[in-house]
Amino acid sequence: MTRYLLRRAVFLVVSLVLASVVLFLLLRVLPGDPANALVAVGATDEQIAAARAQVGSDLPIFQQFWAWIGSVATGDLGTSFVSGLPVGDEVATRLRVTLPLTFLAFVLAVVIAVPCGYIAATRARTWYGAALNAVAQLGIAVPVFWLGMILIVIFALNLRILPAGGFPLGGWGDAPAALTNLVLPVATVAIIMSASLIRYVRSAVLDVAGSDFVRTARAMGSSFGGAMRRHGLRSAAVPVVAVMGMELASTLLGAVVVEQVFALPGLGSMLVTGISEHDYPVIQGVLVISTLAVLMIGFAADIAQRIIDPRLRDRLSEASA
Amino acid sequence: MRTLKIATATVILTAGLALAACSPTAEAPAGGPDELPAGAQVDADATISIGSMYEPQNLDNTSGGGQGVTEALTGNVYEGLFRLADSGEVEPLLAASHEMSEDGLTYTFTLQEDATFSSGKPLTADDVVYSLEKVTADDSQSARKSQLAVIDEAIAVDDQTVEVTLSERSISFIYNLTYVWIVNSEFSGDRKANADGTGPYSLGQWTRGSALSLERRDDYWGEPAKNAEVVFQYFSDATALGNALLTGAVDVVTSQQSPDSLAMFETGGDFVINDGESTTKLLLAFNDAAEPFDDVRVRQAVSYAIDDEKLLESIWGEYGTLIGSMVPPTDPWYEDLTSLDPYDTQKAAELLDEAGYPDGFTFTLDTPSYDPHPTAATFIQSQLADIGVTVEINTITADEWYTKVYQNRDFEATMQEHVNDRDLVWYGDPDFYWGYDNAQVQEWVAQSELVASEAEQTELLKLVAQTTAEEAASEWLYLYPQIVVATNAVSGYPLNGLNSQFFAYDIEKSV
Repeated sequence: MTRYLLRRAVFLVVSLVLASVVLFLLLRVLPGDPANALVAVGATDEQIAAARAQVGSDLPIFQQFWAWIGSVATGDLGTSFVSGLPVGDEVATRLRVTLPLTFLAFVLAVVIAVPCGYIAATRARTWYGAALNAVAQLGIAVPVFWLGMILIVIFALNLRILPAGGFPLGGWGDAPAALTNLVLPVATVAIIMSASLIRYVRSAVLDVAGSDFVRTARAMGSSFGGAMRRHGLRSAAVPVVAVMGMELASTLLGAVVVEQVFALPGLGSMLVTGISEHDYPVIQGVLVISTLAVLMIGFAADIAQRIIDPRLRDRLSEASA
Repeated sequence: MRTLKIATATVILTAGLALAACSPTAEAPAGGPDELPAGAQVDADATISIGSMYEPQNLDNTSGGGQGVTEALTGNVYEGLFRLADSGEVEPLLAASHEMSEDGLTYTFTLQEDATFSSGKPLTADDVVYSLEKVTADDSQSARKSQLAVIDEAIAVDDQTVEVTLSERSISFIYNLTYVWIVNSEFSGDRKANADGTGPYSLGQWTRGSALSLERRDDYWGEPAKNAEVVFQYFSDATALGNALLTGAVDVVTSQQSPDSLAMFETGGDFVINDGESTTKLLLAFNDAAEPFDDVRVRQAVSYAIDDEKLLESIWGEYGTLIGSMVPPTDPWYEDLTSLDPYDTQKAAELLDEAGYPDGFTFTLDTPSYDPHPTAATFIQSQLADIGVTVEINTITADEWYTKVYQNRDFEATMQEHVNDRDLVWYGDPDFYWGYDNAQVQEWVAQSELVASEAEQTELLKLVAQTTAEEAASEWLYLYPQIVVATNAVSGYPLNGLNSQFFAYDIEKSV
């Protein structure tokens, strides 16, 4: 296990470095110069040159890369070209919105999806099992922004019981208000996320229910529920955990949509602003942090799988994220 | 309940005169709906929530804070020696009085005695000198940097007196000073993240991506604000902003940019839609220095072939104004020149014939990718097809526009919104991106800044407006509307938001 952890950690670092190189180069391929953001209308050539020197876009690309990767390695995400303020501080502030949003939604989605998926599998022939299945199918087809807007129309504009968006100025210092503001966005993400989780839980449960060992357990006198509880669920959990990891990661990255709909000051909206302003340090900072988060989620999911399933523990990792 | 346009029009007539005198004038009446509903009780300690699409990039207007920082802080937290009132008048603010020497080169300003910064430090002449130097410094990104380069020297005569020497006469000097924040010269923090001004509010809190709050100062030197707190809430999505107003999360929206969502506020009587005057012009800018638009007749032909009125209506419905030149109605040298740009396809075809393009021609229109440019470009494309001119629309990002069009002048024609007031003078600069080169116009523009009276300046700039309009230097499509939408519960907010300012101190809210 120690050897595995070590390998996994090395893999994580290498992935992060590779991802940094790719995103750094991709950004540089875009047309335009970030120095444009720094000059006033009517700027002279000298002023533009000075601005280029200030943001470093006049340096060779390798030099720009080393300067940036060097400071990232020491935990400094640099300074925004546009605002002149440190990127790291802003990322930290915005994570206070995006992380609670993502994790609350994830927990809620799991709480909804596991029992529902189980019922959809084991009671497939009842009307509610079929209904659950149909609703889950429908949920996958619904775009996040659409659901968000529908919830706003119902709960904010018509019933007036929840805010339509925004986040309190005091942030978590005003915790009741912050939570109230997160209710609709969390519900939106959780509903969409649980729809696809239900399907995975359902098929994992169906898979296990038809397996030899459950049949054997039942043959030895165990009830179906008992056999599933004692032998089946643990098995079924392994693929579901992998999917959960992926869902969590894509929700974190997909937060941009829900943040836009609900006017939340999260990481996603920071990325959107950064891109529109050609603010390389902001884009790079957000993407590095997101990449790190996604890799760590994959890492955590891997470990969780190994804790659940002893058979996996002894096997060497195939370096699957 | 909508404020009539007539009200703003009267204000404009007086603007030029007041500017000429530049004497202390009575405070312009606050905007907003005339009154709060009868019997409404005003809450003197109200929190006013203002919804806006323009979050500051940082809090320093000489370091690229953008229009958002002007909106939130100018007049509210920071004050200048003079203020550009919502009506377009220039009023003295931190300058209690001022004198100009006979030759127009030396200005002496006497400062308000009781003014203090929100940090408690009294305002002194040193702060003024420091602030002026900050605007003209090499790394300054102030919108008025080039105009204020005329300052030769600023010295503090004593604590209350500043003397500024100019290298040449500058009739717009006082006006340009309305852009200059007087900042605390001893402030030690980061001006991009903090603020310390002499205004009626101090900066409360700024959460990036979300909101910025202002708190009323009890030690303000002038008349205190009529509300206790102002919170600017920032949105990047017009629908989210509209929802916030509908649900009462914000009281007033500074500048409604989405024509479609206005319908929600028109019915029911809970909201007031105010149609004010903006200074933002939508231009079809030709490259006047290159074929085919170096030929006046080609430019005129294209201008005549576009029905501006129909375009404005299709984008903004009943809102917005037609303009015949670069001059918006709030500029002192405005006159109605729309008759110089009629919609006349017959004449357009004749002009093309004369210019040697009887079968029309093809040109590329570099179009910024954000609204309303793509819609307007498609409209222009279909209109010009009627006179045989083919338009190839090339959609580009704002950043590409800056590099390709603005810096490299690598374009035939482009679309762009020009937001500033008094920006007609760019036609006097042959090096500006549109390459309009007319020696007579350059002479007038240069002269207009050196004259001794506002009347002479106005006279010369009217000539510039006429000539550029006659020569169709650009095609001025329309002037954007400035739409402020608010709930019935508030009054006293500014209507025009000139130069993106939004004075919050007169806003009152009923209990």
